[in-house]
Amino acid sequence: MKKFTTTLAALMILGSTSSFADGHKVKVGMITTLSGGGSGLGIDVRDGFMLAVKGNKNISVITKDDQRKPDIAVQLADKMIQSDKVDVLTGIIWSNLAMAVVPATVNQGKFYLSPNAGPSKLAGKGCHKNYFNVAWQNDNLHEAAGGYANSAGFKNSFILAPNYPAGKDALTGYKRYFKGSLAGEIYTKLGQKDYAAEIAQIRASGADSVFFFLPGGMGIGFMKQFSQSGINLPVVGPAFSFDQGILKAVGDAALGVKNTSQWSKDIDNDANKKFVQDFQSEYGRLPSLYASQGYDTGKLLISAMSKAKVKDKDKFRDALRKADFSSTRGKFSFDKNHHPIQDIYVREVIKEGKILTNKIVSVGLKDHSNAYVSECKM
Amino acid sequence: MSSILFFEQLLNGIQFGTMLFLMSAGLTLIFGVMGLINLAHGSFYMIGAFSAALIAGLTGSFWLALLASLSGAAIAGVLIEILIIRRLYRRDHLDQVLATFALILLLSEGVRWCFGAFPLYLDIPKNLNGTLLILDDIIYSKYRLFIIFMGLLIATGLYILITKTRLGVRIRAGQNDRQMISALGVDISKLYTIVFALGASLAGLAGAMIGAIQSVEVGMGEPILILAFVVIVIGGIGSIKGALIGSILVGVTDTIGRIFLPELLKIFMEPASATSVGSSIGSMLIYILMALILIIKPSGLFGKT
Repeated sequence: MKKFTTTLAALMILGSTSSFADGHKVKVGMITTLSGGGSGLGIDVRDGFMLAVKGNKNISVITKDDQRKPDIAVQLADKMIQSDKVDVLTGIIWSNLAMAVVPATVNQGKFYLSPNAGPSKLAGKGCHKNYFNVAWQNDNLHEAAGGYANSAGFKNSFILAPNYPAGKDALTGYKRYFKGSLAGEIYTKLGQKDYAAEIAQIRASGADSVFFFLPGGMGIGFMKQFSQSGINLPVVGPAFSFDQGILKAVGDAALGVKNTSQWSKDIDNDANKKFVQDFQSEYGRLPSLYASQGYDTGKLLISAMSKAKVKDKDKFRDALRKADFSSTRGKFSFDKNHHPIQDIYVREVIKEGKILTNKIVSVGLKDHSNAYVSECKM
Repeated sequence: MSSILFFEQLLNGIQFGTMLFLMSAGLTLIFGVMGLINLAHGSFYMIGAFSAALIAGLTGSFWLALLASLSGAAIAGVLIEILIIRRLYRRDHLDQVLATFALILLLSEGVRWCFGAFPLYLDIPKNLNGTLLILDDIIYSKYRLFIIFMGLLIATGLYILITKTRLGVRIRAGQNDRQMISALGVDISKLYTIVFALGASLAGLAGAMIGAIQSVEVGMGEPILILAFVVIVIGGIGSIKGALIGSILVGVTDTIGRIFLPELLKIFMEPASATSVGSSIGSMLIYILMALILIIKPSGLFGKT
């Protein structure tokens, strides 16, 4: 009996010392959109991230809903930093929320890993050593769309995007690569669902193609109304309006549309195959690009944790910068401003049986970085 | 700027207005008769759209789906009125706002529970797909014309209901003096339930018709609820006529403003900043309109002073 108690005591000491010395543990605060319009995006990022860190005992995640409101996101970030004492923040979908949260977070010495929003301000002058974007700089997919428009022979595009930071980045990105002229340029209200007025403008403009960036529910409305309007112009856009989560709601109106993405279900590498399979068996649906971004964010975090302790900020940052993980996108590295260098693909919406999904048509931009690297003094 | 484009935008504005009317008619009726501020009105819009998407998915029929939106929202309306709203009539407006705000959260979360967070599919019927040529050179969507037609039909129906029927007499009496009509032996709580269900079903119908060209998703009702409140403030709270005029006014101002303001600004600004400044002011335009009307007529266009 005595022997038993001493063993127990020894075990307890052992147990307590091991938990005492766990500088390897990382507390993650995830702020993302889980309710209201656009919650599909946040849920996909969260599910992708949770899949990546599943079973990892050293990571604990606190998830909170920002309701797509900047003020709520700021409150949540303050609470997570001050009372929950998180080491790493992540999760924000919308650029206007990222602009409200990220600068204060990284200035307080916390790491922020962006699984989605990549506003130009945070890539250029406002870049920060503790800010990493695992998805893309906002302009990227739109630049590829502009490049695709040239190769498809479009000469006169009508372009539209919502009036918020990512919308402006989108049109800037498209214009940076598109060589033709513009038949019209419109900023719509963020969250707008009815595009009758804009579609009438497109009809009257004499454009030969339409480029639009309308993420989430906004794009569903636009595509449906555009296809009903009987305007027979080719449409090109970033993957956000054609991702797995919303294709079902757009329906056949999306069939054949070319869209640009850094990720696709059919990118041929082992990490991606495993991700698509695991995601399907875990959640019973096909993953979207947002889910892949969440997943890569989780994998990046794990790769850095295996190299350094999160409290050792400089070492941990170096480990993050190496991006030593097998991304679902294949080749992936960070440029000097901590934004990805990656291939951007042109995809086409197709039907697999009864399910609408995307297939890669070509590589739009190879090893693509972003236009703001030189502005970043880091 | 061609006159064809202008006319097409005018039609778009009217179409938007008729939809707003379906929302604001119920809202203003409920406020007028019961004195209730119902923030959860947008939830009936969502319930209507989801009922429609569900039935359209099961049967493939858009017309059955429209019927489902009406009845789904009406049933939800009756249940919610009997279980919750009934207790709020005697409370002050702050309590009503708090309780109906809680209802928004409950209903949104409930719908997410049943249907998930991803948007549902609901499409317009095949024979309304495509466009129609009006007056030889205006190409306009058949479905949007159908929406305008339905809106006008319902406005006429409501007019007949309120001015020509027994129920209408009671509703008007209820608006004028609640205590008196219950003293005269009218079953007031039944009347309240009917009015509430009527308002809810109109909102549900609007949700289904709009859901078919936009997206059916959780939280779709809240943005339109704000506009519906703007409409009834402009039109005068409690007035159906005010709701109709206010809706068309808001619909047309919003549509025309957000398209033509950037064009107008381009005359004396460079295009890029004209686009962004113009669309910013364009989205404020209806609130400016509301402010102007309230300065001239503090109780709205057709409100009782």
